[in-house]
Amino acid sequence: MKKLKFKDSILSFVLMLLAVAFLSPIFIVLLNSFKGKFFISENPFVLPNSETFVSFNNYISGITKTGFLQAFGWSLFITVSSVVVIVLFTSMTAWYITRVKSKMTKAIYYLLAFSMIVPFQMVMFTMTKVANMAHLDNPLGIIVVYLGFAAGLSVFMFAGFIKSIPLEIEEAAEIDGCNPVQTYFLVVFPILKPTAITVAILNTMWIWNDYLLPYLLIGNEYKTIPIAIQYLQGGYGSIDMGAMMAMLVLAIIPIVVFYFTCQKYIVKGIVAGAVKG
Amino acid sequence: MEKRLKYYFPIFALPTLLAFLVAFLIPFILGMYLSFTEFTTVMDAKWVGLSNYAKAFGNKEFINALWFTGKFTVVSVITINICAFALALLLTRGLKGSNLFRTVFFMPNLIGGIVLGYIWQLIINGILFKFGVTLTYDPKYGFWGLVVLMNWQLIGYMMIIYIAGIQNVPPELIEAAKIDGAGPLRILRNVIIPMIMPAITICLFLTISNSFKLFDQNLALTAGAPSRKTAMLALDIFNTFYGKAGWEGVGQAKAVIFFILVAVIAFAQLIFTRSKEVES
Repeated sequence: MKKLKFKDSILSFVLMLLAVAFLSPIFIVLLNSFKGKFFISENPFVLPNSETFVSFNNYISGITKTGFLQAFGWSLFITVSSVVVIVLFTSMTAWYITRVKSKMTKAIYYLLAFSMIVPFQMVMFTMTKVANMAHLDNPLGIIVVYLGFAAGLSVFMFAGFIKSIPLEIEEAAEIDGCNPVQTYFLVVFPILKPTAITVAILNTMWIWNDYLLPYLLIGNEYKTIPIAIQYLQGGYGSIDMGAMMAMLVLAIIPIVVFYFTCQKYIVKGIVAGAVKG
Repeated sequence: MEKRLKYYFPIFALPTLLAFLVAFLIPFILGMYLSFTEFTTVMDAKWVGLSNYAKAFGNKEFINALWFTGKFTVVSVITINICAFALALLLTRGLKGSNLFRTVFFMPNLIGGIVLGYIWQLIINGILFKFGVTLTYDPKYGFWGLVVLMNWQLIGYMMIIYIAGIQNVPPELIEAAKIDGAGPLRILRNVIIPMIMPAITICLFLTISNSFKLFDQNLALTAGAPSRKTAMLALDIFNTFYGKAGWEGVGQAKAVIFFILVAVIAFAQLIFTRSKEVES
């Protein structure tokens, strides 16, 4: 028994070292964000000292150079409104194509499922052109584009769950005088809540971090956080490492906050999404 | 119910389908067609048959990207899955603080690809500086940099799936094996691994498709440098579209080839999972 305990404490120690190693990249970025920009590249692994410490200067210059606050606002707006639209419309579509059985709904289901395996590069160029022509190249239009790209996985996940809901519940609502819209919002949607959370989490993580789609569609006028960070690299011949470090820290903070507030749902959503996807 | 609901198509299905049409279906069909044409603005397409495909396969950068992506996928799939599985085994032993460790290991997964790329650019350049070189000095640094980055991002994710699998193995089975005199390695090989095959399949295909389709991390870490030698398929397609005037058709042909490769991987997964379902 004693031997076992000894082994466990060694394993715990190894895990502890691994955890420190896992977190160290983030801490290294954090401590470099307080160093002058010429002291970063050559030796990122030392703490700032009186010569290299620049307080919050990097944050100030980074925020002004990239327009980080606007970028944060656009990221938040696009992510939140897209996710709300996606959850609402794809769950409705999923209910419709599961409950109305026809050749057309079957075809829709398979088309949506098919879109899940098509990589973005396949439609990248033509989608940008079509969206330009349809005047979707603005922060409101991009919500429509996200709805289109999210439709595959989201409808698929909702439909999987709806199949397990007994029809009797909906029939009872109909007998009580509900029309389909009422039945859906008063009876069906509340039952879908667990799947809705999973769908919302998966789409939030994707849209918040997405770079290429918003860059191609609205990147010239509106910058989201990933675009603002990439702009720091592309827009200035020699990259301002200080501002870069500060922006990386600011980009990570909202993710960490999100993670710790919804950790339970995120882990569940990831497992559910992985099994279905 | 069904009869009445049928007339509600415009409310329930139409919004999603219109968005799907504009964002995916029309661009997909148009993209297929344009891969056989020469064009610069979509409206001026001229049919050229298979010549774009011939140009794509004759393009050194594309072939290089194909090899680079293939090698990268193999190496990162193996390393990620071994590390994730080992961590999952460690974290299901009931050690103190297992939940905290799980939280820590999973966190990098939520950070976006662009941010990840710049974090690792700093660290790898910092290490290489001691040897007087930089990340973009030799393609092999970019290659291993991407492998390390991908491991950091995906180990936690795969670990979570492996943990869920291991926790579903009935403890009686392991007890029985112990009574029969099986050592820890035997139990791992003959009890745990066969019981978590579904989790292994999922993790393998998730890592394959994530590695194969990598773009953001590639762009931020090396952007293909030196001289496009570390550009993966997705980045090469992007460069062909937006970096080479007159090559839009070839870019689209490359994209179709890329799509077919990804589709083959996805169908392999489907067939594999189906055959497993029949067995159980």
